[in-house]
Amino acid sequence: MKFGTEIVLLSLFAFAALVAAGFGVDEPFRQHMWVLFFAVAGFTAILLRNTEFKPAVPIDPAAFMDGPIRYGAVATVFWGVVGMLVGVVIALQLAYPDLSVEPWFNFGRLRPLHTSGVVFAFGGNALLCTSLYVVQRTCRARLFGGNLAWFVFWGYQLFIVMAATGYLLGITESREYAEPEWYVDLWLTMVWVAYLVLFLGTILKRREPHIYVANWFYLSFIVTIAMLHVINNLSMPVSFVGSKSYSAFSGVQDALTQWWYGHNAVGFFLTAGFLGMMYYFVPKQANRPVYSYRLSIIHFWALIFLYIWAGPHHLHYTALPDWAQTLGMAFSIMLWMPSWGGMINGLMTLSGAWDKLRTDPIIRMMVMAIAFYGMSTFEGPMMSIKAVNSLSHYTDWTIGHVHSGALGWVGMISFGAIYFMVPKLWNRERLYSLRLVNWHFWLATLGIVVYAAVMWVSGVMQGLMWREYDEQGFLVFSFAETVAAMHLYYIMRAIGGAMYLSGALIMAWNVTMTILGYQREEKPMPRPIAAVRPARSGARKWA
Amino acid sequence: MGLMDKHAVIEKNATLLLVGSLLVVTIGGIVEIAPLFYLDNTIEKVEGMRPYSPLELAGRNIYVREGCYLCHSQMIRPFRDEVERYGHYSLAAESMYDHPFQWGSKRTGPDLARVGDRYSNEWHVQHLVDPRSVVPESIMPSYAFLKEMPIEVKDFSTHLIANSRVGVPYSDDMIASANADLMAQADPNIDPSGLEARYPKAKLGDFDGNPQQVSEMDALVAYLQMLGTLVDFKNYDEAAGYR
Repeated sequence: MKFGTEIVLLSLFAFAALVAAGFGVDEPFRQHMWVLFFAVAGFTAILLRNTEFKPAVPIDPAAFMDGPIRYGAVATVFWGVVGMLVGVVIALQLAYPDLSVEPWFNFGRLRPLHTSGVVFAFGGNALLCTSLYVVQRTCRARLFGGNLAWFVFWGYQLFIVMAATGYLLGITESREYAEPEWYVDLWLTMVWVAYLVLFLGTILKRREPHIYVANWFYLSFIVTIAMLHVINNLSMPVSFVGSKSYSAFSGVQDALTQWWYGHNAVGFFLTAGFLGMMYYFVPKQANRPVYSYRLSIIHFWALIFLYIWAGPHHLHYTALPDWAQTLGMAFSIMLWMPSWGGMINGLMTLSGAWDKLRTDPIIRMMVMAIAFYGMSTFEGPMMSIKAVNSLSHYTDWTIGHVHSGALGWVGMISFGAIYFMVPKLWNRERLYSLRLVNWHFWLATLGIVVYAAVMWVSGVMQGLMWREYDEQGFLVFSFAETVAAMHLYYIMRAIGGAMYLSGALIMAWNVTMTILGYQREEKPMPRPIAAVRPARSGARKWA
Repeated sequence: MGLMDKHAVIEKNATLLLVGSLLVVTIGGIVEIAPLFYLDNTIEKVEGMRPYSPLELAGRNIYVREGCYLCHSQMIRPFRDEVERYGHYSLAAESMYDHPFQWGSKRTGPDLARVGDRYSNEWHVQHLVDPRSVVPESIMPSYAFLKEMPIEVKDFSTHLIANSRVGVPYSDDMIASANADLMAQADPNIDPSGLEARYPKAKLGDFDGNPQQVSEMDALVAYLQMLGTLVDFKNYDEAAGYR
């Protein structure tokens, strides 16, 4: 029977959720378990409707397993739109506070929904599907472990649903980018270990002697995130049928553990993983080899070694000891070098193919991603300098910095990879429309520029207003006045975000139409112009 | 290019690559985090610090639940403007019982590390119910629903036990009387002498102005009113704090 074991295990899981909903000691937990029950029971019903008693068709062991990747690509686009939409909503809540609807849709509950939505749901699915796409093709091997890939995909979606609904119900550990409570953390740990086994297993059965550089980055991302996730989320539940837990560490120790995690969620989830993406899709799309093999070795090891040390720059001038802050600052500045090593390697891969920037909007997107990677990995080390941080910390400058990295680098490189993969995954000749990719590119780019510039200006203004003294030595501004001064900037920021979101909506349309098999009738993008090439015999002579 | 050639060994062995990168990424964390559990200035004890009373802890859990930390820091940096605006800079010891810490990373609203005793209970309740009625420029959401939510006290001692398992020195006495202490702090009709002995400087009173029930508003305001009030900086030895 097809899905036999899966159906039995899932029904037991659904039953366990139902029991937990009955015996839960706190109301949010009971509600959360109902959500879990309906999610799992619904999934079981779908499997039941699709079960078959015919013997399964034998699988060609040489063929790639692309089913979970197709689902992952769709999930990436879907969660991307959801996460960015929530982002625009909370941006508007800061401009117009009456848009907060208590208790479920207050800013404090929606903000983790936005951050987890874009980082883990959008970014996570992008990493999941591209890593499985890349590892099969660069190892010339089918994914390891049969249906393990499906478990990883659906298990990860369940994690997303449980995390997201938990935030709205008020279930949170308050650890930024690691908010889900202990039982959701345990589930993610299981899924993540399965992901590691899946990825490593596929590398082990490769038919290529070398492990391609993209896979180094993906592998280090998976294993480091496992370490960070487990240690940062150590906590003591109040009850095994309750949502609340208390973190294992307190105060200073807890703060540094959290920001050791938090900064490396950026370093490994949002950087190393996406560098893996860059190392496969940029050479592919540009049809050029990676610029420097040696540079990739040096910057890989330097990047993963240095990143881990940078966490304390989130805690400058706090009660964290000075030596730890200074160490964090020094390593953050050093980190600039391997970061730009990656940027150079990515950009220079276009050597000899720069003309494609004019004709290929997907390459344009990837190049813009790498440019923003370079920009924000310069801004980051600069902001980690204690004197700069004394101004920038606690202000919206930090938010601007994060978004130039997240929208510019993570978003753009993922869009590029999606546009590359989708026609291939569904055996389409080309995308529905390249012109729409171009629209997406410009809306996204302008959106980021508006967003980052506004947050930069307003963040610096905020920091300066807080420390403004008059000639008699009194503070000039009350805190409330500094809040009022932000109003116009918050509106402009929401506009920048809305532009970026509208680009993502265009992508969703384009990808959907491509999957459905349509091709838009449109004027082709400009072709390479012969005149830029050296004149050949028979070319037009000087007049 | 001997070294670069040797790298080919790693490129052909997935286990080596996995173990190698795991080793490389563990070093920084060990060097930076492990000493914090032993160094004097991160585990010092400062006079006045005590575990949270049950009502304060319940209020703190609401603070966490509502994501207050996303807009309010609880960490005053040692700068002239911050010390003048918010009070004495924060000490490591002041968050020693904070599981998890609530230092925050963003000040969309002001720092709250020393907000205790700055405003009346009535002000806090009014501000939480309708922030713009007391601060017109505020962009804080309304938390009026907290007034209607009775606090869940089926067995609050389990919360103290969980905390004691991660190192908060709750005594057996404190754990046994957790439910009673929680009610006593918010209900002026109950004798608070036991509570006051167990939790010195605990603020007493009907915080939300509704004597009929102990609500989540009571708990949250009780927590806000004790923030930063435990250490008496008149007696704090500044010089001894420098290390």
